[in-house]
Amino acid sequence: MAEPAAAPPRPDRIYETLPEGFGVVAKPLSFWARIADNGVFRKSVLLAVLALIWQAYALWLGNSLLFPTFTETGYAFYEGMRSGALTEATFHSVWLLLKGYALGLAFAAAATAFAITTRVGADLLDTLTSMFNPLPSIALLPLAMIWFGLGEGSIIFVLVHAVLWSVALNTHAGFRSVSPTWRMVGQNYGLSSLAYVTKILIPGALPSILTGLKIGWAFAWRTLIAAELVFGVSSSGGGLGWYIFQNKNLLDIPNVFAGLLMVIIFGLIVDNFVFRVLEQRTIRRWGMQS
Amino acid sequence: MTDPNPKPLLAVDGLTLQYRTRDSIVTATYRVSFDVFTSDRYVILGPSGCGKSTLLKAVGGYIRPVEGSITLAGAQISKPGPDRVLVFQEFDQLLPWKTVRENVLFALVASGRLKGREAAERADHYIAKVNLTGFADSYPHMLSGGMKQRVAIARGMAMEPQILLMDEPFAALDALTRGKMQEELLQLWDETKVTLLFVTHSIPEAVRIGNRILLLTPHPGRAKAELGSTGTDLVGPDGLTLSARIDSLLFDRHPTARSNAHG
Repeated sequence: MAEPAAAPPRPDRIYETLPEGFGVVAKPLSFWARIADNGVFRKSVLLAVLALIWQAYALWLGNSLLFPTFTETGYAFYEGMRSGALTEATFHSVWLLLKGYALGLAFAAAATAFAITTRVGADLLDTLTSMFNPLPSIALLPLAMIWFGLGEGSIIFVLVHAVLWSVALNTHAGFRSVSPTWRMVGQNYGLSSLAYVTKILIPGALPSILTGLKIGWAFAWRTLIAAELVFGVSSSGGGLGWYIFQNKNLLDIPNVFAGLLMVIIFGLIVDNFVFRVLEQRTIRRWGMQS
Repeated sequence: MTDPNPKPLLAVDGLTLQYRTRDSIVTATYRVSFDVFTSDRYVILGPSGCGKSTLLKAVGGYIRPVEGSITLAGAQISKPGPDRVLVFQEFDQLLPWKTVRENVLFALVASGRLKGREAAERADHYIAKVNLTGFADSYPHMLSGGMKQRVAIARGMAMEPQILLMDEPFAALDALTRGKMQEELLQLWDETKVTLLFVTHSIPEAVRIGNRILLLTPHPGRAKAELGSTGTDLVGPDGLTLSARIDSLLFDRHPTARSNAHG
């Protein structure tokens, strides 16, 4: 006949003295733990390992016409910088890219403004984006060459196409996802429509807008190099794409690799410095991205 | 002070509100009338679905009435404005891209109330009132839920609005913090005598915060009673505590000795 034992009554207890001697409360991390926490360091190690694998494979292959070693490429890169040929080609490409990117952003801003203010604008943007976003910009190049001739005009046209849709799509999606509470707060304090867009909608949609800018940048960069491969000859200077194409014709493969390396390095720099800094100064600081 | 017939600050008269969902039109409140006087702590109390939040948003000017009218100091309410500041339940009402001080300042500057030095002084004054001076330069994501709500209250009070609208501001807080926040709100009211319109679904909170309590029944929201409160849940002439009386009125229960008078 075991009845469930009742919990025994217990008196209140008050601990007058607290235990001591627990050592340090916050123990600093070791040197290695802090190094391992450094993203720049981790990525540098990764890059060094990749370069090492490249070098090992190229040495094993032993055919610099097919696959030059890392050191050969590095030397070609250095020579290209020293003679100015590579620098000039890079400068030419980047300048063209910035022009196309800026123009694409301006169009994207106009399209998004139309889309958030009117319903027909939103429908139009939706339809146009689903039509044109999957269309590779480079497929428009033949047409652009007829319309704008063999020159900067055509390249800028395809760049705008590359940037416009991805940026507009992301920005518009960002605006639509701005929290209704923030919107009501903005209205509560009587913001005018322009102030409402700049003070509520744009910061609220910034995570999406930045993603759009990044995707647009990558699309523009790859479109530009591809377009230059096709007809860099006609442009006055000739950009990186042309540099690569020309050196391939001369069978100077280390220089081809140097050109490709430049494309990659530039992409890394923009992604890791420009966009990373933008994110750290804004959405990370505000806790909108972890 | 001795006006025998004082005019109400906020007059809600025969208010019917509807909102659209995906496939129907829902009547949230039906012909609700009540008056709020200056320095009232007016609580709207009711279960979910009684349209109390919709009612508050209508006073805020976000929803147009289908029928009836809302007037603030004699003027018809037609759109949101800084004379009626809303404090929401959600913690995300602070703009994450602004620090605590900037959030309060933004309200003052955007509405054109004050600018420059005066705005900064007013902002700091109200941040101090809610005991957050040490966190003025923190971003909202670094604060706890209770601190975020305190910032929202400071932002609202800094506007010195004619009426402060509070939509279940403490509902998302843990019980200990909620009790502390209620106490602080009453202290702030003692200092400022700001007119409050406070929506809640908690009977103990209504009894503690309000000096007048409007009871709404659900589906759709209709006014059931308006009671006075002293904040201490006293036993009335019918032998029931105020909260027991509210409970029986809201749920049509036979009043019993059931007492849930703590919060």
